[in-house]
Parts: sequence; C-alpha cells; structure tokens
Amino acid sequence: MAKKSFDIQINTAWCKGCEVCVAICPKKVLEMSDKPAPSGYFTAVVKRQADCIGCMECELHCPDLAIEVKSKKEEVKSDAKGG
Amino acid sequence: MIETLKKYIRPDVFPTPFCPGCGHGILMQALLRAIDELKLDIDKMVFLSGIGCAAWIPSPHFAADTMHTTHGRPITFATGIKLVNPKLKVVVISGDGDLSAIGGNHLIHAARRNIEMTVICANNSIYGMTGGQVAPTTPTGAKSATTPQGNPERDFDLCKLVKGAGADYVARGTVYHMRELIKYLKTALQHKGFSFVDVISPCYTQFGRRNQNTCGGSASSAIMNLKTAVSKTPQDGEILTGEF
Ligand code: SF4
Ligand code: SF4
Ligand code: SF4
Repeated sequence: MAKKSFDIQINTAWCKGCEVCVAICPKKVLEMSDKPAPSGYFTAVVKRQADCIGCMECELHCPDLAIEVKSKKEEVKSDAKGG
Repeated sequence: MIETLKKYIRPDVFPTPFCPGCGHGILMQALLRAIDELKLDIDKMVFLSGIGCAAWIPSPHFAADTMHTTHGRPITFATGIKLVNPKLKVVVISGDGDLSAIGGNHLIHAARRNIEMTVICANNSIYGMTGGQVAPTTPTGAKSATTPQGNPERDFDLCKLVKGAGADYVARGTVYHMRELIKYLKTALQHKGFSFVDVISPCYTQFGRRNQNTCGGSASSAIMNLKTAVSKTPQDGEILTGEF
C-alpha cells in the first residue's frame, strides 16, 4: 500500500503568524517564515510536507481558519485553489 | 480556508479581529465543526453575544443570524427570541465577564428556568477588550491590570454555579482539547433545555503576558500549556474538565 501523502495549504492573507500550528505539529512539518507576507505578518510555512501524517492538529487549532490539510487524492479530484 | 466550514462563514470579513493566537478563534472553529458534524441548518440558528472580545466570535464571522447585544445581556435577548420563535436553535456565545459578572443574574435565572438555549462561555479569566481588568473568573493569585500583586479573591467555578442554578447539561473543555470540546458542544447543541459549556480559551495579550508562570512566553505556549493544566480529578491549580 502506498504511503498516504498530504497537501498542506496556508492562507497567508488570513494567517497571523501565531505559531500555534508550528508548536502543535507532532512531526515538525511547519515553520515560521523569515519574510513577512503582504499582510505584514510572518506567517507559517510548510517545510517538510513529506513528513506530514495528516493528524489535522494544525488545522484544528488554527485560530484564523488559515490552514487546511488535504489528502493528496482528494486534491487531484477537487479544483479548489489554495486559500 | 477550510473547505468544509466555508458555507458557515462570511469569508470577506476574515482574518478575525482577534490578536494572533487568541483562543477565541479556535473556539469559533470548534463551534463550526460541531454544527457541521451535526448537520445543523445554520439558517435555523441564531447566535447572540454581548460585549467583549468573545462577542466577536459569531458576529460578523458566521453566515447566520447574529445579534451583538449590550454588555451582559445576550441571554435576555435570546430568551425573547426563543419565546417568539421556539423552532429556532438559540446559541449564546460570549465572554466570562459578560456572562458571569455583568450578566451573571441572567445566566443563573435562564438556567433555573430551564430555557432551551445553549450558552457557551469563552473563558479567558480576564476582561480582555477593556484592558485586562480582574474578572470573577480570574484565579486567586493571578495578575491583571487591576491586581498587579495578584488577585486576592477567589474565582467563580462557572460550571458549579450554573449546575447549582439548575442546568442539566454542563461541561468544561479547553481549546487545546479540540476533539473533546467539539463533543461537548455537540451534546449541548442537541440538549433539550438549558445547556452550558465553559471553554478555557487563553488570552495572551491581557492575561498570559502578565502570568507567564502558567502561560509561558507566547500565545502559542499559553495554548500548548493547557495540555497538562487540566485533569478529571484536579490537584492544586489544575482545571477540572468533563461533563457534570
Ligand atoms: S495557527 Fe494559523 S494563524 Fe497561527 S501561524 Fe499557523 S496558520 Fe498562521
Ligand atoms: S496534519 Fe499533523 S503532521 Fe501534518 S502538518 Fe498538520 S499537525 Fe503536522
Ligand atoms: S485581548 Fe485577549 S481575548 Fe481579546 S482578542 Fe486579544 S488575545 Fe483574544
């Protein structure tokens, strides 16, 4: 069986760089950006997507609904754009 | 944006007005997920709030009827709405200061009268929006703008208070323990009669930065610290969670 893979999308227009997702991810998939987004905030960035186990903890705890985890299969079917 | 929750929100008003890492945003998500998991029709729901940071959770974010009322009074407006249109699912979501101090009488009497509504308290232990003053929910010893040496008084246990006033569904969760919290919110929303959920929702801006001994040095640490701050059989200073 192929290893499940996930796509993590961060809506940089909504992310306020609170670091909750970075702190809660058990696999250290996420980090904080060292450059500000157009919003002025230093947002979260996906650094090690291949390590993601799809536990959804980051998505569930984002206070700004700015992060979404999709399983890759679903992503192919949907035509939704990130954010 | 989270695709499944899109239909319940007004995307054009995002990002939220909350400070980065405010627990209230996480509570907002928990409530939307509870509604989604129960497949409730948000058009048949009304969300009421009073004044304060937490009062911004439903309005303007939810694509539903919302009422941003006067300070402490959302339960009175909710009572009126329920009487006029009993078919509507009425949800009050507001802060601890709003619900338990300024509107404390409304809270206990709505519980006593068993008026069918769900009251969700976004409890951050302080008056956030007005400048970090001590609240009836501020723990003994905790620092606030008005108790710089530590709060000399006892705090309210809101679950005990509401239970004592007669509510038959009362629960306490935290924004760290999301799956549990969503479960409590779902039970409360389905409950016939008055239901109450006390939600521990950290405010780093006004509470956490003054109480780094318990909250750590950042908004994210205040949320992560909840992981070990709760218990079903609490010892000193721990928070009791569960259904009561
Ligand atoms: S939890 Fe949300 S708002 Fe906070 S840094 Fe992560 S994506 Fe941004
Ligand atoms: S889904 Fe889990 S493992 Fe993947 S990035 Fe989010 S928190 Fe980390
Ligand atoms: S002051 Fe506190 S409660 Fe209000 S938005 Fe900021 S962190 Fe949240």
